[in-house]
Amino acid sequence: MRRRQLILGLGGASGALAFTLGLGWLQSRGRAQPPAALLPLPIGEMGFALTNHRGEPVRPADWIGRPTMAFFGFTWCPDVCPTTLSDISGWLDELGPDADRLNTVFITVDPERDTQQVLADYLANFDPRITGLTGSLAEVERAVAGFRARFEKVPRDGDYTMDHTAGVFLFRADGRFASIIDYHEDRRFALPKIRRVLT
Amino acid sequence: MKSLILSALLTLSATPVLACETFTLGDLTIEHAWSRATIGADRPGVFYVEITNNGSTDDALIGIATPAAGMPMLHETVVTDGIASMPHAMSIPVPAGQTVELAPGGYHGMLMGLTATLAEGDSFTVTLSFQNAGEVAVNVEVLSLRAEGPDCDDAN
Ligand SMILES: [Cu+2]
Repeated sequence: MRRRQLILGLGGASGALAFTLGLGWLQSRGRAQPPAALLPLPIGEMGFALTNHRGEPVRPADWIGRPTMAFFGFTWCPDVCPTTLSDISGWLDELGPDADRLNTVFITVDPERDTQQVLADYLANFDPRITGLTGSLAEVERAVAGFRARFEKVPRDGDYTMDHTAGVFLFRADGRFASIIDYHEDRRFALPKIRRVLT
Repeated sequence: MKSLILSALLTLSATPVLACETFTLGDLTIEHAWSRATIGADRPGVFYVEITNNGSTDDALIGIATPAAGMPMLHETVVTDGIASMPHAMSIPVPAGQTVELAPGGYHGMLMGLTATLAEGDSFTVTLSFQNAGEVAVNVEVLSLRAEGPDCDDAN
């Protein structure tokens, strides 16, 4: 978004040279780090009100003071979500008691089907330190927007499925965004990323 | 993790593990057929398997059928720009001399319209249809919702 405006702005200015230089600058900068507009907000700047699978209200401010590991999904998917939850349960196992200091949060992008009770039944199969969040569609959308994540409801065979951001987001204890563990990222890279926000 | 492996070992010594059975159809070897437990029957189940083509002709998995589900289909999980989606796979190539895995996060059988809840320890039959080799029925073992695959002696 921001990148496009910048490019248009430069293109509209004087001459091809300025444009090329500008583009080069944008590209090298883009490689170093993604444009700020695409990074998740610090947790302290997010705004949403959701409910966890135990029925308690959750606001982003509640997470400040502990590092946070958060990801999106929906319990109707038999492939990606159990795999991610199983990976995360494995990481938490491996981190041991250190992982007690993490907020580990699964936010549903399918609040229509993923009620508090559904989340509770589902999460009973995974590490008990994982908290599930659901709420109104509007509040889920606010959460997704704060993470700069995306989701989309896709009609399928008389039913629907959800496309959604698959990475796992890591934030430091003060709420600043730290890194993303990509889907399928090797455990060798995932664990050090988590340890980094724990220190 | 350790406890998972331990319980899997215990299961191994107690009873033969279904998911470790091997099936053959012509040049094809089919093994590690497993599924995950579901919560209720109104959610889709999943089917994973490993197919090796020992022959010199390419083949393709073109469909699955099972008494466990009214609408079984083939899907592929793809992650594009960080977004996971699950398009239909019209067929899954099984090239000559190669092994193709239906495995978590990639190709999978999607079992829509389950006839019953899949509970850990259950088993059911899936019939695989190949373009050239024809059809073969395999036994599928239901592992826990948290499972990432069966622990077989020959597993890599
Ligand atoms: Cu699927």
